[in-house]
Amino acid sequence: MELDPVLLSRIQFAFVVSFHIIFPSFTIGLAAWLATIEGMSMATRNPVYRRLFDFWLKVFALSFAMGVVSGIVMAFQFGTNWSALSERTGSIQGPLLGYEAFTAFLLEASFFGIMLLGRDRTPPWFYFFSCCMVALGTMLSSYWILCNNSWMQVPLGHTIVDGKLIPDDWKAILLGPVQRIRWPHMLLGAFLTTSMCVAATGAWHRLRGTAWEESRVMLDWGLGLAAVLIPAQILLGHLAGDIVHKYQPAKFAAIEARWHDEQPAAEVLVGWPDEATGRNLYALSIPRLGSFIATGTWDSKEVGIDSFPVQDRPPVLIPFWTFRIMVGMALVMMAISWGGVLLRVLGRLEDERWFLWLAFLSFPTGFVAVLAGWFTAEVGRQPWVVYGLLRTKDAVTPSLSTPMVLASLAGYILVYSLIYAFGVVYFYRLMRDGLTRRTQPAAGYGLNTEPVQ
Amino acid sequence: MSPAAPSDLALFWAGAIAFSIIVYVVLDGFDLGVGMLFGATRDPELREEMMGSISPFWDGNETWLIVVGASLFAAFPAVYAIFLPAFYFPVLLLLFGLMFRGVAFEFRGRGGPSSLWSAGFWIGSGLVAFVQGAAVGAMILGIPIKDNQYAGGPFEWLRPLPVLCGIGLMFGYGLLGAGWLILKSPTRLRDWAYQRAPFLAGGMAATLFLATIVTLVQAQGVVMRLTERPWAALFALAGALSLFGALRGVKSRRDGQPFAFTILFFLSAFGFLAAAFWPFMIPYSVTVASAAAPESSLSFLFWGAGLVALPVVLIYSVVVHAVFWGKLRIQGH
Repeated sequence: MELDPVLLSRIQFAFVVSFHIIFPSFTIGLAAWLATIEGMSMATRNPVYRRLFDFWLKVFALSFAMGVVSGIVMAFQFGTNWSALSERTGSIQGPLLGYEAFTAFLLEASFFGIMLLGRDRTPPWFYFFSCCMVALGTMLSSYWILCNNSWMQVPLGHTIVDGKLIPDDWKAILLGPVQRIRWPHMLLGAFLTTSMCVAATGAWHRLRGTAWEESRVMLDWGLGLAAVLIPAQILLGHLAGDIVHKYQPAKFAAIEARWHDEQPAAEVLVGWPDEATGRNLYALSIPRLGSFIATGTWDSKEVGIDSFPVQDRPPVLIPFWTFRIMVGMALVMMAISWGGVLLRVLGRLEDERWFLWLAFLSFPTGFVAVLAGWFTAEVGRQPWVVYGLLRTKDAVTPSLSTPMVLASLAGYILVYSLIYAFGVVYFYRLMRDGLTRRTQPAAGYGLNTEPVQ
Repeated sequence: MSPAAPSDLALFWAGAIAFSIIVYVVLDGFDLGVGMLFGATRDPELREEMMGSISPFWDGNETWLIVVGASLFAAFPAVYAIFLPAFYFPVLLLLFGLMFRGVAFEFRGRGGPSSLWSAGFWIGSGLVAFVQGAAVGAMILGIPIKDNQYAGGPFEWLRPLPVLCGIGLMFGYGLLGAGWLILKSPTRLRDWAYQRAPFLAGGMAATLFLATIVTLVQAQGVVMRLTERPWAALFALAGALSLFGALRGVKSRRDGQPFAFTILFFLSAFGFLAAAFWPFMIPYSVTVASAAAPESSLSFLFWGAGLVALPVVLIYSVVVHAVFWGKLRIQGH
């Protein structure tokens, strides 16, 4: 591969979107978690919930700010680097992303202002309502993004006029069979991400002996929720796999590293797909399992990569491994959450320090799974940007030159490294001290609890 | 080219975008201006008060930029696909500027290199203002297009006229920011801002004068348009009178007047540019009609975003400003 504007623009997009997606996949679950503990606080009047709310609200504010900052970048990527895509599919992608921006603002940003500043200025029911609206807003936001992406994966409901893709059936675009699976899959991914972080924060505070009551609540909710969600997520993941099998057979073959047609098909559990020679090195595979995973029968015929024309083949190594990382993370989450529930039932959860360490160290599992899943979906879709209709190489901005994209990519790497490095430090400090310390702004409009003189 | 007359929906969205742009310019203009003025003092008390004066507003203000970008992509994808590549590096600088500004609010006061975040705040503000002005200047000169895509080099926007317009807008936003501080501050920050306002107004007037001369020489397209529409001179006149009104307000120390008249100045300038550009969205090659998305997209967008979301964003902006109406309250005073 040479460093042309297409490859560099892809790297740039992957870079900025990977940084961005960390925050929404955290804040979607966090907003729901905040609404939940605010509801619990109203129902039980237990002050622990209020302390937890105030703590996680601060975490939410910081991640929300970083999500917004990195999200603004995304809104411009389609235009700066993928203007041919924007021009040809803008009448479909534009309204979807436009609605995302509008809902994000309407529900997230406006009610979020009330969450941050309105505790003492609004009745409790309205405050709780605002929390719910923020949670709804983050979920709806992800709906539009997944609508847009599902359409790029499996285009539906369009006609082609003068080389442009024109919307023809919005219902198919908004509620298609692909979107109906992929959106809940992403939502559960986000909820699991937050569950694991909440549980890990609880475990961390328990290990350090700080915030006893709060850590117990966090462990129970985080592990309990993950224990319930993970089987549902594995089922949804399987259904998402069925969609890939049905609509994107080349991607399916790449994920399975199946180079030739097989009947019955074996399943490569692990190995090193060698794209140069078209075979798997050090492969550990199980006969017939590949057929079973694909169709539920033990002898179906499964297509291999060499059944597709060379120019239509996706890369194999990345989807193969990212898919396995995602599944591996799901198994880790299942082991931790079920183990934690078992220990709780046995009444030993807070005594087993080794387990608390494991729960603490598993905080990134959700993030890794979400990222790996997106890499599987996006790299596996190649060489298409809109599957079967528009190739990635034809989607790039024609006026771009290699030095231009190199410069912008270097700029993004530099700026993101700086901002995110400090962001991580501030997150760490907030997670460590946030349950005990409070801060007040020096100058404002007197909207805080301080009386105005 | 599509038929010359834009559809009603295309007109609606062109109007909505124009409206969003002017709301954005006024709203984010004052907080970008305050951001630049932040760099003009080292006094920590003044700096904190400046941040405090815009902290409830700035993200709501920036939302209007998102509204503009999202509406443009949705309703006029052809413009979106030409405009952003034409301003590849300016857009990059704009994004970096917005990022450093945005994190400054969260990161300052959390320990670590707070002077870095302060510097990022005012430099970022200046950068954002400059590239927005430069984009206007580059549009006046015209944008080269081939096969519905941008066909120029990466530095077309770095010519004398765009640079002058960029500097002019930095002064302009600075004046708007000074007007805001005068309006909002009850302390010596107000006097500080009063002292700087004439300089900012003078700087803006001088750069605009130079930019007008360069336009007359270099941008015949605009000049021709304007000779066909002599009534556009009324906007220029209104702009000059507004600037005069702002200076009178500074002199007589009427706290609301400089801000109000600077807003009027921006409205006049916007009207003047609209008169010079209409019906083109990208002068002088892409019109409202030729760039519009198909009716199925425009109406899908209209029933939700146009009828519900846009009015709510507007109401939100009004409510925020109403809730935080009046002078800043300084704790400990």
